[in-house]
Amino acid sequence: MNLPLLWIIPALPIAAVALNLLVGDRLGRRGIAWLACGAVGLAFLAAVRAALTLAALPEGERQVVETAYTWMRVGDFSIQVAFLLDPLSTVMALVVTGVGFLIHVYSVGYMAHDPSYRRFFLYLNLFMFAMLTLVLADNLLLMFVGWEGVGLCSYLLIGFWYERPSAAEAGKKAFIVNRIGDFGVILGMLMLFTYGGSLQYERLFAMAPHVFALGGGLITGAMLLMFLGATGKSAQLPLYTWLPDAMEGPTPVSALIHAATMVTAGVYLVARCHVLFELAPVALQTVAVIGAATALFAATIGIAQNDIKRVLAYSTVSQLGYMFLACGVGAFGAAIFHLMTHAFFKALLFLGAGSVIHALSDEQDLRRMGGLASRLPWTHATMLTATLAISGIPPFAGFFSKDEILHGAFASGHHVIWLVGLIGAALTAFYMFRLYVLCFRGPSRVTPEAAHHLHESPPTMIVPLVVLAALSVVGGWVGLPLLAGGHPFERWLAPSVESAAGAHGEAAAHAMSAGGAWLLMALSVAVALAGIALAVRAYLQDPEIAGRLRERLRVVHAVVFHKYWVDEIYDALVVSPIYRLSRWLWRVWDVKVVDGTVNGVGFTFEGVSAVLRLFQTGFVGTYALIFTIGVAVLLYHFLRG
Amino acid sequence: MTPFPWLSALILLPLVGATALMLMPRDDDRAVRVWATVFAAAELALSLPLWWRLDLGDPGFQLVEKRDWIPALGASYHLGVDGISSLLVLLTTLLTLLAVVGAFRAVDKRTREFYALLLALEAGMIGTFLSLDLLLFYLFWEAMLIPMYLLIGAWGGGRRIYAAIKFFLFTMAGSVLMLVAILWLYFLNRSATGVATFDLEAFYQLPIAPAAQVWLFLAFAVAFAIKVPMFPFHTWLPDAHVEAPTAGSVILAAILLKMGTYGFVRFAIPLFPTASATFTPWIVVLALIGIWYGAVVAMVQPDLKKLVAYSSVSHLGFVMLGLYAMNPQGYAGAMLQMLNHGISTGALFLLVGVIYERRHTRLIADFGGLWKPLPVYASVFMVVMLSSIGLPGTNGFVGEFLVLLGAFRTQPWWAAAAAVGVILSAVYMLWMFQRVMFGPVTRPENERLTDLTFRERLVFAPLLALIVWMGVMPQPFLDRMQPSLDRALGLARARAEMSAEWVAPSATPSGVTLPPAAADRAAAGPAAAGPAAAATASAAPGGTP
Repeated sequence: MNLPLLWIIPALPIAAVALNLLVGDRLGRRGIAWLACGAVGLAFLAAVRAALTLAALPEGERQVVETAYTWMRVGDFSIQVAFLLDPLSTVMALVVTGVGFLIHVYSVGYMAHDPSYRRFFLYLNLFMFAMLTLVLADNLLLMFVGWEGVGLCSYLLIGFWYERPSAAEAGKKAFIVNRIGDFGVILGMLMLFTYGGSLQYERLFAMAPHVFALGGGLITGAMLLMFLGATGKSAQLPLYTWLPDAMEGPTPVSALIHAATMVTAGVYLVARCHVLFELAPVALQTVAVIGAATALFAATIGIAQNDIKRVLAYSTVSQLGYMFLACGVGAFGAAIFHLMTHAFFKALLFLGAGSVIHALSDEQDLRRMGGLASRLPWTHATMLTATLAISGIPPFAGFFSKDEILHGAFASGHHVIWLVGLIGAALTAFYMFRLYVLCFRGPSRVTPEAAHHLHESPPTMIVPLVVLAALSVVGGWVGLPLLAGGHPFERWLAPSVESAAGAHGEAAAHAMSAGGAWLLMALSVAVALAGIALAVRAYLQDPEIAGRLRERLRVVHAVVFHKYWVDEIYDALVVSPIYRLSRWLWRVWDVKVVDGTVNGVGFTFEGVSAVLRLFQTGFVGTYALIFTIGVAVLLYHFLRG
Repeated sequence: MTPFPWLSALILLPLVGATALMLMPRDDDRAVRVWATVFAAAELALSLPLWWRLDLGDPGFQLVEKRDWIPALGASYHLGVDGISSLLVLLTTLLTLLAVVGAFRAVDKRTREFYALLLALEAGMIGTFLSLDLLLFYLFWEAMLIPMYLLIGAWGGGRRIYAAIKFFLFTMAGSVLMLVAILWLYFLNRSATGVATFDLEAFYQLPIAPAAQVWLFLAFAVAFAIKVPMFPFHTWLPDAHVEAPTAGSVILAAILLKMGTYGFVRFAIPLFPTASATFTPWIVVLALIGIWYGAVVAMVQPDLKKLVAYSSVSHLGFVMLGLYAMNPQGYAGAMLQMLNHGISTGALFLLVGVIYERRHTRLIADFGGLWKPLPVYASVFMVVMLSSIGLPGTNGFVGEFLVLLGAFRTQPWWAAAAAVGVILSAVYMLWMFQRVMFGPVTRPENERLTDLTFRERLVFAPLLALIVWMGVMPQPFLDRMQPSLDRALGLARARAEMSAEWVAPSATPSGVTLPPAAADRAAAGPAAAGPAAAATASAAPGGTP
């Protein structure tokens, strides 16, 4: 094999960034589009090639490490720039490059009229580089380069339309909230290296069971800190507040970064470190609880939002909660499975929403949509597919992955968490069909001038929608228990995410009777259908119901409509006190107390210094002379004494 | 034939340049700028061999030059370079050149004197880094003050006289203590060995009573802490920076502050390790306060330069923390952070200077939406900002992480407390960036600003290249500094053990409270220690493992 297997994958998009920087101004829009999409398309092909190479290896040996060079080596601390290909990173690389490529193509159409076309693709390619570094890194520290790198790109792309103060504000908020999480990751890494001896995955995971006691304080603390980082990056309680605001960015960005790829990095981190998390049952339990709580919490907020992208944003927070829930109950394979199907249908939902927004001349309010099904046939059909997929209706992709998560929770004995997940599933179906009905069905509430320009999107936007819709249908089939000897996806992933505890959970799952499994499945489909029915009834057939419900549950509606006032609470408890403290420290403490004290001494000297200054002619020579005389006098004094 | 006196040439060339500039006609600003650039560039070229001629296998001093200077005192003209000072000298020559080129437009009065002083300052700084004789070191250390004082006082802003005097007095106050300590060391050594010398290598061999160490360390440490500057000795810095001309701020932040931390690495810690260990909790707490305090106060600064100045207090806190971790990672991280801070903060001051030249204001409130008229400027600013907040992939991250790792391995809570600085730095930098660069253009006079000129791009290009290079491939830098850092650490450990085994030759109850000169005269070293010293030694474990 001549071409490098792994590092070429992140190298392609970063090369495109470099080219764009150097000659982008001479390429023209078409050239930039080809460069950006081409690089990511090639990266996808490279990822496919890597996946095939890996698949050709016998099952026990599916792990390839490629070392580029030594990043830093100080004493016993050494970190390589090295990439790891194993079943887990293969799935991630394929999802990132595949969905990423489709979104790049979509952006060519979506951003066609934007004056900052070149800058957009520059950031987007930079993001692909960082994300691929994140998923392909062979050690935690290199992973962290990608981790903060995607955070940077997120910041840049949320604030892409920087002239809008709200966009600039949202970008900053995203970066800072993520940094709070990164504080946890840094400390977690310090603990893992200091007590575990390495940051390189293989060595660390091999060493961990020997150096960390099961359930010990150190490993629990380290993993809780790592999970803090995950809650920041993947928008979980309590650090989720940046993601809804992140919708200020262009819609393809919301699809790529804030739905399909970057926000799943926390899930990836937990799955990647599952060996460590399993050594810390308390931390794992926390993951499950936070995941379930977020899944439910965000779903309730999603019900009452009117901005189409914000509904989807809260939906993303909620779905990420499901993935953490899965990790927390030990169903890491199911988490990654849902990560993949979610990437398909959520990217599709965002891109579809973008197509709607595009068609309506930048209208995002669901109250000014309606009846668009006939005017935007392609968008409508694909969006409906995605909505069915996320609602968990068979045979769409989301059904398989969500069912597996709920099944995993129930089978491992987490019955409360399973119930929370089930309620969340009903809510998901409800708010998604609310969105669908308000957008595509019923009478048109579109403003006249928007209706005047109403048009279906160009092919560069529609084709990605169709591809993603196809994936949203068939993407779950790789998890069919009946296909190719039973769940090929899980079997593929097993070497990466399975371990003693996982096998244990697996055993428990198998212990459950087939009848029980069918019952659970039927139940989750039933609640989804109920949610759909309610949404259709309340928003399409009898819109009065929605109004009456809102009236009757006024308090509840106010709470969820205002998103539990979490932003306001954070502001009052954290942001303002820090700001006031800063001002006081500067104005009073630094200027008056510290400096004042020093100046009090200083003024005494000022008179002296006025005289002294006469000796300072500015010539080093004179100064040295005076100085030498001084020293001589001092020495004379000492020597005599 | 003697080898070429490379280090002397490095000190002399800028002085020759300064003299040559002073001989030029007074009003030919153009020629002055050209020649100043030529000299600064030649100096950089002359210093570059320090990068590849440094023998990585030799942790000690290289290219050594040693001649008698004041034989009567035993003072010698002793120069040498190792992995620590070579990098700092390279930083100095690079940033001086950039400061010279960066000041083309900013300085139009007494240009000749301005550049002459800048070059004289360069000679002083390089001399300070290269001196291996303490008297010579002190001479350069003090000599450096004069040009800096004049640069602030003559080319500064409205309150320049106040700022210049403040700068001078603060530094002077510390230096005086240091001079006394140097003399005390000299007498200690003479009474112990009978040799009159100010040679650093000789002092490295000298056993010093733990009690005497306390005073000697304090004298050195205060002088260096003021320079760093450590909280609460930092208040001269915001004033000096705000009033100084851009080139002055650049040199001040990038190089002069490093003199303080360099002093700890080279002198205070290895010479007096026992006392240094005793004071570790104090210094670490002050470093941590500096990290927090500098960041929090930077947040609310209305003036860009003050913001950067307070951010320096925070960054230098990281350096001090790394040093006091007293392990290889902490040391390497601290050393790398010194270089990083020089690059990123030097660049930040240059960037503030660029906008000041165009708008004659540095108030954040006077800007807003600058990205639109100044996209290249804003992009450069962004990269420098990311380096300053330690984004992985830039130089700042490598240094910061190594410091945190070193600190964690010595005392986990140090690292936990310092890591909060990672969040705070993002807060003050991004908020400033948002207010300056994003949003709509709020003032009509900002609409038609000219973006970075070709000359300005040339100034920033090497800094950006270093930010990426040192972030992606820091190993060549680490390879250079590590042998010498290990030597410095080893020296500190060995000397701490030496002090731990200290036995007072005769038990004089003279105690620790004697003033330095009196203590010296009373017993000159060993005897001065007494039982109190032994108590100190047993109370303070020698060096942190």
